[in-house]
Amino acid sequence: MSKSPEILLAALLLATPAVAEPLGLGRPALPEEIAAWDTTVLPDGTGLPEGSGDVLTGEEVFAENCASCHGEFAEGLDSWPVLAGGNGSLTDPRPVKTIGSYWPHLSTVYDYVHRSMPFGQAQTLSVDDTYAITAFLLYSNGLVEDDFTLTRENFASIALPNATGFYADDRDQTEYPVFSVEPCMADCRSAPPEVTKRAVELNVTPKDEDGKPAGTLPPLTLAAETGATEAAPAEAPAEAPAEAPSEPAEAPAEPAEAAETEDHAAADPALVEAGEKVFRKCAACHKVGDEAKNGVGPALNGVVGKAIASASDFKYSKPLADLGASGGIWDAASLHAFLQDPKGFAKGTKMAFAGLKKPEDRDAVIAYLSTFFED
Amino acid sequence: MTDEPKTSRRAFLAGTAAAGAGLVATAATAQTPDPLITEVQEWASVFGDPVDATPYGMPIEFESHVVRRNVEWLTESTASSINFTPIHALEGTITPQGCAFERHHSGAITLSKQDYRLMINGLVDKPLVFTFEDLLRFPRQISIAFCECAANGGMEWGGAQLEGCQFTQGMIHNMEYTGVMLRDLLAEAGVKPEGKWVYVEGADASSNGRSIPLEKALDDVMVAFFANGEALRKEHGYPVRLVVPGWEGNMWVKWLRRISVYDQAVESREETSKYTDLMPDGRARKWTWVLDAKSVITQPSPQAPIRHGAGPLVITGLAWSGNGKITRVDISTDGGNSWTPARITGEARSKALTRFHYDMTWDGSEMFIMSRAVDETGYVQPTKQALREIRGVNNVYHNNGIQVWWVRADGEVENVEIA
Repeated sequence: MSKSPEILLAALLLATPAVAEPLGLGRPALPEEIAAWDTTVLPDGTGLPEGSGDVLTGEEVFAENCASCHGEFAEGLDSWPVLAGGNGSLTDPRPVKTIGSYWPHLSTVYDYVHRSMPFGQAQTLSVDDTYAITAFLLYSNGLVEDDFTLTRENFASIALPNATGFYADDRDQTEYPVFSVEPCMADCRSAPPEVTKRAVELNVTPKDEDGKPAGTLPPLTLAAETGATEAAPAEAPAEAPAEAPSEPAEAPAEPAEAAETEDHAAADPALVEAGEKVFRKCAACHKVGDEAKNGVGPALNGVVGKAIASASDFKYSKPLADLGASGGIWDAASLHAFLQDPKGFAKGTKMAFAGLKKPEDRDAVIAYLSTFFED
Repeated sequence: MTDEPKTSRRAFLAGTAAAGAGLVATAATAQTPDPLITEVQEWASVFGDPVDATPYGMPIEFESHVVRRNVEWLTESTASSINFTPIHALEGTITPQGCAFERHHSGAITLSKQDYRLMINGLVDKPLVFTFEDLLRFPRQISIAFCECAANGGMEWGGAQLEGCQFTQGMIHNMEYTGVMLRDLLAEAGVKPEGKWVYVEGADASSNGRSIPLEKALDDVMVAFFANGEALRKEHGYPVRLVVPGWEGNMWVKWLRRISVYDQAVESREETSKYTDLMPDGRARKWTWVLDAKSVITQPSPQAPIRHGAGPLVITGLAWSGNGKITRVDISTDGGNSWTPARITGEARSKALTRFHYDMTWDGSEMFIMSRAVDETGYVQPTKQALREIRGVNNVYHNNGIQVWWVRADGEVENVEIA
């Protein structure tokens, strides 16, 4: 061994890509940049901006921005999150986990509403509106009166009912000792197994066309053989059934689809593409395309040129239903007006969307919608 | 091909199939020569696709069923939803990115490397902003890790519900990541002594954020930008995501934009209202980050029935543990009365998917097949019932109970629970 210990040590250090000294990469973050991105509010209130909001303002802001999913009273529509109620339900068979019944910290409400809500239009609520919504949610959970105003100063004095309902993971004490025992390998049962639950009886799994669970692996042999495995004797007739399905490779699915797309390619493709992007603001509530169904809002296949409020099985607000009943049509003019200012066009509409202020965005989304037809 | 050879081909196959229908496997015997062999097939005579026919290749059309699948009734909006990896159709341990499950809270965003910025702030000496190019100048590491949603198996708490391991255990993938260690980025900014927690946040509209204790952040957490040798896919956080080996998928923040050091946990929505485990006494466990040892038989399973009849049968599946390496996987074919160790095929890596195989002779009668993982800490995967006895049925998350498949005599497979 001719190498000195120092050289060996140096070689070892080189082999491990550990950074001992800073590399001088990156640049200092500017205060404005940190302020823009770091809006986090900690459980002790650190990070709360100056501001305030009262319950009644919060009720209005909530109705405008949140109620289309969470309900006017924060009760949750369809399967959207329930935000109020559920007190004392945490040991029930169906617990209702709300801000009042489950959430430990009010800071989480402010923090989440301010940077992640409304769904599909995040980071559009002002500081005061966020305080107001938070105040309204306290009110809807019966935690404050309707004359309450939430401020940065009184924020930390509000404790949520379930503040002490959480404890740190204790599996290392409560579970690991129980489950770290050498398991039984033979004669482990006292009686033969008996089926107690069958998923097939619930019938909630997505299915392929043949009724099997979606994604079931196709047979590796031809249909004629699959039939044979069930009952056929070795001397099965040689003729294959005429209706035997053709092999997957022969199915000409792609050309047919392409032809259909070409038939409909009337709108400016660039505009349609831009519209597809704009439509993301709408997609949380509205569906288009194959298998589009009504959601929070109606499915929009074929909406351009169609009578207002005419999607089947959708419960429209009164103003839109009235417009439809009086012969209103969704043409370019009415769509522009509605999309620019939904509540101005139809006061009382359920569509909780502030509107598309840029005409080019409206043009694009209308072009995009015009590419979807009803079946 | 003309119709004629096809007919004789079917006749040949019908002849061989009967052998498999008996209780005891016998060697297949051909009654007529197989035209696939005796006749010159089209593919053996003319050109196939030229190079560049698909500059970036997709699986051949015969594999079109091997895709991620959504269960529509689970969520109100596909922008905040999950789909499932087709683990019943995959082999080995590495999950192709294109069929690895997706979980978005506000959709998969389009963020370019040029527009990418990563901020480190909070209790650090120097708050910093990195570009994507900056990240490429830190020393790189490679790590293979499974990413499992904490809710994987969550629909099965109350009982067998979905037909297929894609749906019951498919909120998981396993990739080889290349990136830089979070500890190196933190060292660049300098963590102050009072810093105890690292909060990580995404750039998408949900700005999903989670608190990670500093100890874990300095251990094996990676800021990754390659997966399986290529750039991350958009749906997995292109251009940069966090890799938190062994810990629940929600912490693997995608489109990572901010790392902030605090003296306390942020207690964000995703670590209070969600991803906490409600216990029977009405209190809830929080900070249940680690994913305990788990396994599932991927074949046979409801979406992968046995079609070849009695005789030699390969049972295979996946095992994993957030606490280290898998050391053993036991198989039972009689509903848990007797167990036999399966083969661990290939290397068992810490906090990564491990493949097992069990080669047996099936007598054609019904079976209740189960797998049971053991990890290097000695932890043995429990039954679902054993978990329920501690946690009740409203836990939602971290269901690592043993899966039972009921193999019927006709080879069809059901998701069941047994007593």
